[in-house]
Amino acid sequence: MSDRIPVRKTYKLYIGGKFPRSESGRTYEVTDRKGTFLANAALGSRKDARDAVVAARKAFPGWSAATAYNRGQVLYRVAELLEGRRAQFVDEVVAGEGLSARKAEAVIDETIDRWVWYAGWSDKIAAIHGSSNPVAGPYFDFSVPEPTGVVAVLAPQGSSLLGLVSVIAPAVVTGSTVVVLASEQAPLPAISLSEVLATSDVPAGVVNLLTGRTAEIAPWLASHMDVNAIDLTGAPEQALELEVASADNLKRVLRPDAARDADWTITPGLERLLAYLETKTVWHPIGV
Amino acid sequence: MTGKKFEYAPAPESRAIVDLKPSYGLFINGEFVDPADGRAFKTISPATEEVLAEVSEAGKADVDRAVQAARKAYDRVWSKMPARERGKYLYRIARILQERARELAVLESLDNGKPIRESRDVDIPLVAAWFFYYAGWADKLDHAGFGPSPRPLGVAGQVIPWNFPLLMLSWKIAPALAAGNTIVLKPAETTPLTALLFAEICQQAGLPPGVVNIVTGAGETGRALVEHPDVDKVAFTGSTEVGKMIARSTAGSDKKVTLELGGKAANIVFDDAPVDQAVEGIVNGIFFNQGHVCCAGSRLLVQESVYDEVLASLKRRLGTLRVGDPLDKNTDIGAINSAEQLARIRELSAVGEAEGAERWAPPCDLPDKGFWFAPTLFTGVSQAHRIAREEIFGPVLSVLTFRTPQEAVEKANNTPYGLSAGVWTDKGSRILWMAGQLRAGVVWANTFNRFDPASPFGGYKESGYGREGGRHGLEAYLDV
Repeated sequence: MSDRIPVRKTYKLYIGGKFPRSESGRTYEVTDRKGTFLANAALGSRKDARDAVVAARKAFPGWSAATAYNRGQVLYRVAELLEGRRAQFVDEVVAGEGLSARKAEAVIDETIDRWVWYAGWSDKIAAIHGSSNPVAGPYFDFSVPEPTGVVAVLAPQGSSLLGLVSVIAPAVVTGSTVVVLASEQAPLPAISLSEVLATSDVPAGVVNLLTGRTAEIAPWLASHMDVNAIDLTGAPEQALELEVASADNLKRVLRPDAARDADWTITPGLERLLAYLETKTVWHPIGV
Repeated sequence: MTGKKFEYAPAPESRAIVDLKPSYGLFINGEFVDPADGRAFKTISPATEEVLAEVSEAGKADVDRAVQAARKAYDRVWSKMPARERGKYLYRIARILQERARELAVLESLDNGKPIRESRDVDIPLVAAWFFYYAGWADKLDHAGFGPSPRPLGVAGQVIPWNFPLLMLSWKIAPALAAGNTIVLKPAETTPLTALLFAEICQQAGLPPGVVNIVTGAGETGRALVEHPDVDKVAFTGSTEVGKMIARSTAGSDKKVTLELGGKAANIVFDDAPVDQAVEGIVNGIFFNQGHVCCAGSRLLVQESVYDEVLASLKRRLGTLRVGDPLDKNTDIGAINSAEQLARIRELSAVGEAEGAERWAPPCDLPDKGFWFAPTLFTGVSQAHRIAREEIFGPVLSVLTFRTPQEAVEKANNTPYGLSAGVWTDKGSRILWMAGQLRAGVVWANTFNRFDPASPFGGYKESGYGREGGRHGLEAYLDV
C-alpha cells in the first residue's frame, strides 16, 4: 500500500484566468533549499509578459467599476479559500523558504490575515484619502481616489507567499489589475495562490502571474507602454535601470526599500495602497 | 383598454424556512436564560394578529445581570483581544447573516409586517453589509482620524425601534463591536424575534459569551438599561420624546450618548425635475416601509407651476400600490406594526381633516384582520397644521407648495426636526445650493431613502445627535 506513487502537479502560468504554459516552451528547475528537485516551473518570456498585460488591461474596466463593497467581498472570499488550503501552503513554504513547519504556519496565518486586512480597505480608503475641499468660492469641490490601471509587480524574492500577498492585495483592492512576477527561486506558492484566485470570485485577468527570471522579464514590464505603475520590490539590484525605463510613460514607481522589505510580518501602513491611486478632483458650481 | 387593474395571482413566500420556538429567554452571557421574575409577553404578527411566540420581559435584575456579563466580557476578553481577531468575529457574523438571509427576511416580515420584497432586498442585505463594513474597521482604527490607538468606551447599552428591527440592530452592534465595546441591546417589544435569532447567530459565530447580550422588554426594560450606572455608552433610536427623556436621565453622568430620533423630512420637487422619476421618489420616500421611517419624506413641497401635473401623476401611482399580505412578493405596502401605531396614524389623519386639509386615498381593499392603513395624501396643508409639523410615522403624505427656492428652504427648515431632506431638480448647482441651505443630516438629491454602511446618517436639531455609518459612525463608540 505504501508504494503508491503521488500524482505530481504541473506548475504553469496564470494569465487571463487560464493556466497556459510559457509560449516559449521553456521551463526551469525549482528545488528546495537543499537542492532537491521540486518541480519544473514555466520560464516566462517577453511574450508571456505582454500577454499578461493585455489580460490585465482587459479586466481593468470591469474590476475598477465594481463597487468597493463587491471588491471587498470578493477578496475576503480569497482569504476564506486560503484558510482551507493551509496545509498545502505550509508544505510549499517549508520547501521553498526552508522554514520550520511551525514558522511556516505563522507565515500562513499572517498571509491570510494580511489578505483580510487589505480586503477591508476597499470601501474605506476613500473615506480617509478622499476629501471635500473648502475652496474660496461658490463651488462644491471634492476629491476621490481612483485606481491607476495596470500594475506590474516584481514580488519579493525571499518571502514567497506572505510577501507576494502583501504586494498583490494593495493593488487589486482599490481596483487596479496586476501582472505579478513571482519569486524566482521559490515560485511554487505563488502558482498555488493563482489556483486559489482562479476558484474564488476574482474575475479573470485581475491578477496575472508569471514565473521565470526576474532579470529577463522585469525590463519588458518596466518599458511596457500600457503598464501604469510598477513595484520594484523584487529587483533591488536592477531598480535604477528599471526606474529609468519606467520613465518612458511616467509609470508610478514603488521603489524597493531594504528596511521595509526585510520583515513582511509587520502590519503595513498605507504606502502600497496609495501608490496605485490617482486623485480625481471635481468642481461643481453652487447656486439657485 | 377596459381601465381595469391588472390582477396578480398571490405569490406568497413560504413560512416554512422559519422555525419559531413557543417561547424565548433572554440572551445573557452567551446563553438563553429565564428572566428573574418569570415575566413574559407575546409578540404577534401585525398582518394577522396571530401570536408568534412568547418573549421574556427583562426586569431590573435581568438588565443588571446582562450589564455585568458585558462588563466581564469587556474586561477579560474583548478589550484584550487583538483587533484583527475581533474583526474576524464580525466577518463571521456577516457571512452567517448572508447564509441565513432568507430565514431572517421571512421572520422580519412576520414580526414587523413589512413586505417580504423589502426585508429580502433591502433590510437583510444591508444588515450583512453593515457587519461586513465595520468588520474591516476593527483593525484600522488608527487610520480612522481619531488620533493613534483610540480606545473603546466599555459597555454599550443600546435601545432600538420596531421599524427596521434587524437593520437597526446592525447599525448599533457592528460599529460598537468593531470599536471594541461589549453590548447589552434591547429590541422593541413588538419586534423582538430577529434580534433573538441574531443571538443564535452570535452562538454559531462562536462569539465569546457576554460580548453581545440581548434583553427583551418594553419601556421599563429600556429605562433600566439606559440608567444602569455601569453602562458607559447609550445609543438610542426611536422617538424624540423618549430621546429627550434619555438626554435628561444621562445628564451629569460620564455616559456618551447618541440619539437617532424623529423627522419630518421635506421632499422638494422643482419644476425642472423629471416628473415620473420624482413621483417614484415621492412614493418611495413616504410609502416605503409603510411610512415607518424616521427619515421618511412626509412633507412634499411642490413648486406651484408643476403642482397639478405632479399631483395627478402621484395619485395615479398611488392607485397601483398593492396593500396586503407582507409575505406576498407582489406587496408594496404591508401591515402597520401595531394597534397602538395604527391608532396614532388614524388620530393624526382625523386631525388633518378637522384642521381643514383635504384627504385623499385610492380605493383600496384592506384585509379584515390585522392593522392596515391605506396610502393617504393630504392637500391644502398649511405649515401650521399638525400633519405638517408632527411625525405621523405612517403612510400619510402632506402636500404643500412653494414658488421660489428661498421659500422652499424656509418651509423645509420650518420644523424642530432635521434628519433628512430630498431635492428633485435637473440643475446640479441648485442641488448643491439647496444642500447647503437645508438644516438636515442627510440630503438626497434625485433619489430618496438610500442607505449604505459607508455613508454617515443622523440628524440635526431635535432629530438627535451622533452619526451612524461610515468612518463617522465609529466616533460614537470610541473615546476620542
